[in-house]
Amino acid sequence: MADISLPRRLPERRAALISFGLIVLIWIAARQFDLVDRRFLPSPLEILERLRYELTQGTILGDIGATLWRNLIGFGIGAGAGLALGAALGLLRGFAAVIGPTVVAQRQTALFAWVPLLAMWFGGNDTGKIAFIAVAAFQPVVINTWQGFAQVPQTCRELSEALLFRRRDYIRLVALPAALPAIFTGLHGGLIYAWLATVGSELFLNIAPGLGGRLSEGSQLFHIDLLFLTILIFALIGLAYNSLAERTETLLVKWKRP
Amino acid sequence: MSLTDTGANASVSVDKGAFRSGPAGLSLFGRRLWARLSAVLLGLSFPAALLALWWVGAARGWLPPQILPSPALVWQTFTELWADGSLAEHTAVSIRRVAVGFAAGAGLGLIFGALCGLFPGFRAYAYPPVQAIARVNVLAWMPLLALFVGIDEPLKYVVIAWSASIPVIIGTVRGIAETPERLNELGEVFGFRPQDRLRLIVLPSALPSIFTGLREGLANAWQTLVLAELFASFEGLGYLMTWGRQLFQLDLVLISMVVVSLLGLSLDTVLKWLERRAQPWNAGGRNG
Repeated sequence: MADISLPRRLPERRAALISFGLIVLIWIAARQFDLVDRRFLPSPLEILERLRYELTQGTILGDIGATLWRNLIGFGIGAGAGLALGAALGLLRGFAAVIGPTVVAQRQTALFAWVPLLAMWFGGNDTGKIAFIAVAAFQPVVINTWQGFAQVPQTCRELSEALLFRRRDYIRLVALPAALPAIFTGLHGGLIYAWLATVGSELFLNIAPGLGGRLSEGSQLFHIDLLFLTILIFALIGLAYNSLAERTETLLVKWKRP
Repeated sequence: MSLTDTGANASVSVDKGAFRSGPAGLSLFGRRLWARLSAVLLGLSFPAALLALWWVGAARGWLPPQILPSPALVWQTFTELWADGSLAEHTAVSIRRVAVGFAAGAGLGLIFGALCGLFPGFRAYAYPPVQAIARVNVLAWMPLLALFVGIDEPLKYVVIAWSASIPVIIGTVRGIAETPERLNELGEVFGFRPQDRLRLIVLPSALPSIFTGLREGLANAWQTLVLAELFASFEGLGYLMTWGRQLFQLDLVLISMVVVSLLGLSLDTVLKWLERRAQPWNAGGRNG
């Protein structure tokens, strides 16, 4: 993850900018001189035009809203369940011995293999989509939360035993702060998975307002400008989630090291 | 932003300490065996309880069979699919897609990653655009790619190769970039020719990272196979699931899910084994 970011050193950054600039130039030239079939490659201006149209007369804002709404509800349910189960697994040894192996085993299922099953259980509309998003968010959250709580340093445990901490105080003052970085890693992963699952569920399940629906529309009706625009929006929201999570994690690390 | 990059290496093992207290009077070996055995039994107890609940629930008719068919029906469907060879056929199609896509993606990823790693000038120009494209999951590119290559086999190969190549590229670039400076200097002192330096210094030191990339690439390939087959396909395990859903045959869906999971698990196991074989000096495996 950390590897994918703009280079920090100046010469490298210049090289990257030159390279992106070249791509845009080739893109414009390809359209200008008709090097490629214009049905397959919209010009940057056409994408902007499409954006203007969508903002004034189209539905793109509603689609973004619908997608984000599904995404956040699914993420909330999945992450909440993951946090609860992960904490129980990390804090209760007997519970982990019985349930843990099953939790590890279910991770082997390819994420999207859940789509048909959940669609049969919950239907192809919002309930099914949200269920799938919740499953996607659940997996990284539960594993990382579990790890975080299970790997509280031995010295901290012994200290709280020596201080005769009650169970509640041990969790509040020792286990939770120790597990917090791992929990945030899990939430970060869950956010990314959930975003992917949101658009995936919109592509694979019933057509409804949303970015995934616009993707299929662009693909099936050959609206190439719409397709590019939607991919761009998808990417930008993904990036926003990612940097939000990274910033929160950085803040947290700072707070941990006063 | 790949499917496997967060927490992929997060395996949690059962805390064996909780069961060290076996029956008294056992030897150390016996006690260890007891601990291992009780951990396995406890771990199996939950799936077994679920299975029992499923069995009883199906027998009592708690849930309609469209929501949960009886285990007996699932088993019957499985034996039928097995006997008429259709399960093997769909599995073979899926495996071929992953094999072709992964081979192409890993091969290209290794070449591109090596070029970036060995030639910083090339890396400075070529790596950032690839990183930018890689940040958008292949899922979003799929509708666009479908316009370019159609929805038949080439689409599956392209998206699988695409998703497999990303971790391979990142692993290769990182592995080569992280070659310890001291070793490079050592090579200079010894007056190694470039090809010797590559073979004796860069390759061995980059190998663990490359292997991690390959393993994540294969995991990505497997995930993307399901994506591609759900998107548009008329054969393969992903298709079998979709078909089962359309027929309201949950038994079909469940069977293909289990096959997909087991195959993914065994692929990963094989690659882990290969990883250990290829680096005998690193028997534990850096990424375990």
